[in-house]
Formats: sequence, structure tokens, C-alpha cells
Amino acid sequence: MQMSGAQMVCEAIIAEGTKTVFGYPGGAIMHVYDEIYKQNGFEHILTRHEQAAVHAADGYARATGEVGVAMVTSGPGFTNAVTGLATAYMDSIPMVVISGQVPLSLIGTDGFQEIDAVGISRPCTKHNFLVRTLEELPRILKEAFYLARTGRPGPVLVDIPKDITVDIGEFVYPTEVNIPTYKPTYKGNRRQIEKAAEAIKKSKKPLLYVGGGAVLSDAYLLVRELVEKTQIPVVETLMARGVMGAGNPLLLGMLGMHGNYASNMAMSETDLVISLGARFDDRVTGKLSEFAKYADIIHVDIDPANIAKLVDVDYPIVGDITQVLEDLIPLLEDVNTDRYQAWREILRRYDELHPQSFVDSDKEIKPQWVIERIGELVGEQAIITSDVGQHQMWAAQHYPFDRPRQWINSGGLGTMGFGFPAAIGAKVACPEKTVINITGDGSILMNMQELVTAAEYKTPVINVILNNQFLGMVRQWQSFFYEKRFSETDLTFQPNFKKLAEACGGIGYDVTTKEEFDAALKDAIEKDQVCFMNVAISRFENVLPMVPAGGALFNMMLPQKSENDKGEK
Amino acid sequence: MSLENERRVISVIVMNESSVLARVTSLFAARGYNISSLTVAPIPNSDMSHITIETQGSPRVMEQITKQLHKLIPVYKVIEHEEMVEKEMVLVKFPIAENLSDIAALCSAYNGGIVNVGTEMVIAMVADEPCRIRHFIEATERYNPIEVVRGGVVAIER
Repeated sequence: MQMSGAQMVCEAIIAEGTKTVFGYPGGAIMHVYDEIYKQNGFEHILTRHEQAAVHAADGYARATGEVGVAMVTSGPGFTNAVTGLATAYMDSIPMVVISGQVPLSLIGTDGFQEIDAVGISRPCTKHNFLVRTLEELPRILKEAFYLARTGRPGPVLVDIPKDITVDIGEFVYPTEVNIPTYKPTYKGNRRQIEKAAEAIKKSKKPLLYVGGGAVLSDAYLLVRELVEKTQIPVVETLMARGVMGAGNPLLLGMLGMHGNYASNMAMSETDLVISLGARFDDRVTGKLSEFAKYADIIHVDIDPANIAKLVDVDYPIVGDITQVLEDLIPLLEDVNTDRYQAWREILRRYDELHPQSFVDSDKEIKPQWVIERIGELVGEQAIITSDVGQHQMWAAQHYPFDRPRQWINSGGLGTMGFGFPAAIGAKVACPEKTVINITGDGSILMNMQELVTAAEYKTPVINVILNNQFLGMVRQWQSFFYEKRFSETDLTFQPNFKKLAEACGGIGYDVTTKEEFDAALKDAIEKDQVCFMNVAISRFENVLPMVPAGGALFNMMLPQKSENDKGEK
Repeated sequence: MSLENERRVISVIVMNESSVLARVTSLFAARGYNISSLTVAPIPNSDMSHITIETQGSPRVMEQITKQLHKLIPVYKVIEHEEMVEKEMVLVKFPIAENLSDIAALCSAYNGGIVNVGTEMVIAMVADEPCRIRHFIEATERYNPIEVVRGGVVAIER
């Protein structure tokens, strides 16, 4: 069929089953927007900033597991999208971003709104394309979606010069992809899996270390089956919250810089780490030479480059977690779960010694209370997104996550401003869920213009702003490591969040007591309208436990015992 | 040469498409790996190119370089082991006033010779193993070379 390049872009998006595209038009991408106007195969959501468009597509992808699609124009449209690409790249999120480019004849001439998009995005995309002929456009679009969702997922950029979107040519959308240089390994090596199973049976203190790969591979039921069968204790990374489900007796919690005591001690004392889709990030390991010092390591990852990148691995298994677990679990039929009983007992005592707790107050609202309260009121019905900082860690520590894809946050890149647009994307993907963005008074301002988007498209995202009038996480480091010199972290000068939300077509709540919080949350859920819930929390609350950067995991700063004794929750 | 900083030659077979060299070199730059020399040319009768990279690093760094290269979508194959035949070429320009028979004798000892003679200078070409090329360049120093251009290592599996 004969059609323009712009039509081909729309046809490809429809053929890939994408229901919603997030974007922002501009000169170089106008022909594609003209075709978007004419079609009704997918919905387009106009965000108010290109960065937000990419984060929204990212949130859509994280909530569903499908490829998110964003569209931006050349030059500044593209550069604004780079933070979104990098965010998705660090967390391996399947996404296709389509950017306009100046016409082929202008490339390299410093044309108006020209920038080398493939050059800039090379380190923060899984792959990128600059389309050079109309003939290759259908194949490139097909490959972009294929690359985004297969193997280790990631964002793919397709940069299309304007004249190619205008040109008319034959469109046949390929049904198959054949990239001879790209053959991801899904099936784990049988011999290695057998060796790993033997190691598990021989170990005395095994520990399952579950990462975001378990979410991406949709392997959570298999992970739970493995744990059920073997009775091996589990720690989750920030990206894996929800895989085991809160309340599972074998889930110790989150490990790492703000991990709980039992999790970090378990990692320090285990004799066998079973890593499933985790990448030994520095925020998880702390001082590498002390990390899992007494353990052999089984490392399952779909990306061979992740294996033995930072630690020596004894049982490397390259493959998709789902497929590897399907092979591994039957080999553990005869595992003697009593073998690990003493180990489980040690860890249970560690957890009793220093449980994940906080000192609640009657005078002021504690941020941890807010998180737990949201969990009580909406629980598994909600999708929780977050920005980056103290509120993110409190949410990860205290929210009762029941399933994967319920917790959406920027773990790898740590992008402030991610939470709100990602929440919009998640709400568009899952309209039946209550979507709550847990944010801070610093982060929310980094994409607050999306109030307008959320109001226009009636995506009722609830933004719970844990307001301590500080850039809290930086302030916490300044308290601990910079002798309380609060350099540029005091945010006492603030907008009126309530009025700000109202001015953009949303609802605002000022919350200073627990009763007000309950009332506001109930009202927000009923009203079904985007809102800012400005919650005044105790100003100097710290995220604890904390492993100082570069320290060993077992050297944690813990909540003060004396305080705990007064009113431990 | 310590284990921590071992010299290695890596062959990378890539799709011969635009920006593939940029992908390879920017990977080295972004991850802080070193490139000592680099050559690239198309493989005859195919749509692939052969890139030869001379680099150094610890065994773990070497392993990461290999894996990260393999991860690039247009990379077909990465060959990194000790069983390689390595050759390098060098061109050296000498003033015509130097002792040409000495230079010719030196070149022939290193599998080369004088390839161009002008009114002001002569140009010698030598192709040999990379370490022999280093020795050759040292040996030429007494003949006041005006310019030395090394070609970078090319390698093939034994």
C-alpha cells in the first residue's frame, strides 16, 4: 500500500498494539502529528513537557509490561526527552521514542532545531536509528519495537528526518525480524543450572537476592514457588518490591543502603547468594569487598555483561529468569528444607532485634505513618509511583506491596520529577487502579506542569507530597556527613500547593493532622480528579537504617534504641 | 607486564552500517576503557567490517569490554584470545641526506624497504609484529626521521 512516512509511523504503532502515545508536537514531527489527527487507532496524550511524555510512556510500560511509546520533535524536543530515555535505560524499560529530525539535506548544517539525536542518545538507549531512506522505515520501526521488548528490555530511539515523513512509498509492515547480530539467550545452560541446584542443596545459609529482572521477566509466581518449595529466605532490591508480596514470612525485606537490619545481615552472613535479575548496584552492595564475603554466588541474568561485572560469580547462568526457574525448580524437589532451619532462626532473631520500625508521634505526622496508612486504606488496589529522595525510600520500606508492577520508581538513574508523569502513564494503562504518586516538596516541582495534562485527560493521579520543607535526602546527608551545613536544601519558600493544584484544574488539600489525611485521601479517591495532597511531615525525620556510601552492609546506622523504647510501633 | 594491565588485541566483527564505529569507540570512552590502536576495514564479499582494537586492562576489565561490545546490536562477533597473528605497518620519512643504504638495510631486516623517494626525503615502509615495529622505530632514531606514521594492529586468529 502506498503511503507517506508519517502514515507508516502511525500504522506501525497501531500494528504493534499500542493504545496510547504520549508526546509533544513541533516542526520536524508535524507531518506525523497531521496523520495522528486523521487516525483513530490509538489515543495521543499531550503532556506539557517532553520529559514528562517519555516518563509517562515509561510508567505505562512499567505498569503493563508492554512497550511504551513517546513522540517528540527535533532539537530541544529531543534533548528534553533524554532524561526520560536515560531513566528507562537504567531500569531496562521497554520503550520506543520517535523523534523528528531536520530534513536529510539540512543534517550537519546546524539547521534550526537540529541536534545529533543518535549521537546524544547512544549511551542511554539500548539501540537507536537515524532513518536515511523511506524504504528502510518499516523495517526500522519493526526492529525498534522488537529490540525494546526482547532480551534485556530497554528504550529504542527512532530519529526520522522530516522529508522522510513526507515522502510517499510502499508500506508493508514486516511480520518477522531477523537481526543476525542480535540473538538473546533465554534458555539457561542445563549443566550450570544442575550445578546451581547442587550448590543450593549443599548450602546451609542460602539467600535469594531478587532484583528488577524478576519483575521484567514476569517471573514472580515462579520465584514464590521456588521459595515455597525450598524455604529459603529472600531479600528484594528496590526494583523488586512486590515480587514476594508483603507478609510472606520468608521475605526479610529490602537490602542495601536503606535496607532493613535482617536483610543486610543476611547478605553479610549467607554462604550462598542466589541472584535473580539483580545487578549488584553500589546502593545495594555497599563496600564490595565485604559484600556477601562468605558466599558462593549463583547469578541468573539475561544480560551476560551483568554477570561478574562487580563480583566474582561461581555459577553464572545467562538466561531469562522465567525459563531458568522452570528448569531449576524441578531439580529441587528433594531439597531438605530443615537444613536451613537454623539459618532462618538466626535471621528471625535479627529481625526481632531491629525490626523495620519508626517512632510514631501524636504531635506531628511521620512520613512512615503516611505510607503505612495509604497501605491500610488502599493496599493492593493501588499502583504506587514515587519520585526520588527520602519519600521514595520510606515508600519502599513501609508500603505493603503485594505484586510486581505495583511499585514504579526510578531506581537506577534516580530521576526527580519521574513520579507524577509516570503515574499519569500508569493510570492511563490501568484506569481501574487508584494511582498514587508519593513525592516530596522538592521532586514534585520538577514536573508539576503535568497537573494540566492530568486535569485535561481526567487521569486522577493522587500526589501525596511528603512536605518537610527540605530537599530531605540531601539534608539527611548534610546532617550526617557535613556537620549540618544545610547548603541549598532549605525549601521553606514554597508555592501554595493547594492553590497551585486548583489553578491547573485539580484539587488541593493541606494536611496537618492524621485525621485530615484520612479525610483527604478518602475525598481524593471519591472525587476522581487529579490532586496535590500537601502533607506537613516532621521536618528532620531521617531514613533509617542507613549504610553510609561505601561502607559495609553490616555497618548500619540504626534508629536510636532509646527513642524506640519510648513508643515503638 | 603486570596482570592488572595486560595488553590485549580484540577483533570485533560488525555490521558495516553508519555510526557502528562511533558505537564501538563511544563505548570505550563512556566506560573508561583504553584504546591504544584501532583499525577498521570492510570484510570482502560481505556486509560486515572487521575492527581490530589494541587495548589494556585487568582480566575483569577485558571480560567486561568483550561483553559490552557483544551487547551492541550491530556487533556480530567479538574475538579476544592469545592465539592471534598480529601485524602492524609503519611509514617513516627520512631526510634524503641520511645514509640511504643503511636505512634500506635496516628496513629489509624488518620485512620492509624504501617505497618512495623525493627530492628532499625518502619514505620507508615496514610491516611486522607490533613489538618489532617498536624496535624498528627505536633503531631509526639515529637517522633523524622527520615523521613516523603507525598503522595500528591488525590481527587474525591462528
